[in-house]
Amino acid sequence: MNYIFYFLIVFSIIIGAINGKLQDVVNAVMSGAELSVKIAFSLIGIMAFWLGIMRIAEKSGLICWISKVIKPITKRLFNEIPEDSPAIGDIAMNFSANAFGLSNAATPFGIKAMEELQKVNDKKDTASNSMCLFLGMNTAGFQLIPTTVLAVFVGIGYKNPTEIIAPTLLVTSIAFISAIVLSKIFQGLNMRVNKINQTDKEENND
Amino acid sequence: MTKLLNLISLWTLPSILIIILSLGIIKKVPVYEEFTEGAKDGFKVAVKIIPYLVAIIVGISMFRASGAIELIAGWFAPLLTKFNIPSDTLPLMIVRSLSGSAALGVFSDIANNLGPDSYATKLAAVMVGSSETTFYVLAVYFGAVGLSKIRYALLIGLLADLIGIISAIWVCNLLFA
Repeated sequence: MNYIFYFLIVFSIIIGAINGKLQDVVNAVMSGAELSVKIAFSLIGIMAFWLGIMRIAEKSGLICWISKVIKPITKRLFNEIPEDSPAIGDIAMNFSANAFGLSNAATPFGIKAMEELQKVNDKKDTASNSMCLFLGMNTAGFQLIPTTVLAVFVGIGYKNPTEIIAPTLLVTSIAFISAIVLSKIFQGLNMRVNKINQTDKEENND
Repeated sequence: MTKLLNLISLWTLPSILIIILSLGIIKKVPVYEEFTEGAKDGFKVAVKIIPYLVAIIVGISMFRASGAIELIAGWFAPLLTKFNIPSDTLPLMIVRSLSGSAALGVFSDIANNLGPDSYATKLAAVMVGSSETTFYVLAVYFGAVGLSKIRYALLIGLLADLIGIISAIWVCNLLFA
């Protein structure tokens, strides 16, 4: 992340200078900083609302029930967290909200899930395998109906906007599945590297 | 079909609320008290993600303002003609991992300028509809729990985005070209 942050800023300044857009780049610092706070603050209300609803769902046993239903799948995907972790229910809620296009609700659910995953994480400043997998699945943006795109289509008077749904669903499923497969590949690679490091250490100790 | 879909999207949220609240009442959960208890965290979480959002969004705003996206688009231009990809959709492919509002802006632009019947509009629609803003999700989700060492998470997100772009081109070529 350190390199990405460095790259984004230094590369932008250099390219901006070459393109004669340095003034715009400088202005972007101000507007970007302002925008981030605006986004964070606009999240407060909706976040509070869904976290409240989520708490009711938790206390009534709904989350627990959902966790049980999807356990056969999550047991394999998130094999590093305890089987009865509350994170699983939160993850399920997050995906259902995403699938139905309720991204406002999906974010608080996702954050709750991350908090639960963090509880069983050994290194608190480093993402665990489960966290990387969950994030990857989220960035793939699985959605049953692309509501915003449909809205734009209706706006420009597209006769048959729904013809876009099937291809979009196919593409988003491919991206979603590849995110899962990729995470598992990386998880495997990481375990190998760790094992090699460990054996190296043990040999050195001898 | 459109009507049915509209009906579904209109009723998803209300039905979730009805189910959760009714179940709470049936199970004798003090719904009001528990709601406010849970909602207390809303402010905390929002404030906690600010530093992460500032880092990512400032970086990306600078990147977009510098004209770097046009530059990268220039590098990839030769690939476009080879795979029958309209050049209007290229900025979209780059921007969709960086900024959701920018991606939607580019898409609306394409849709308004080229009209609903053009291939570019359909390809752009599939690309926008099938993706989530990787950098934003990363900042919010990892920021909320205070993670700074992200390991391979971003790489997965970006690779999945790339696979999404390629499959969008492939599917649209089959269906609409």
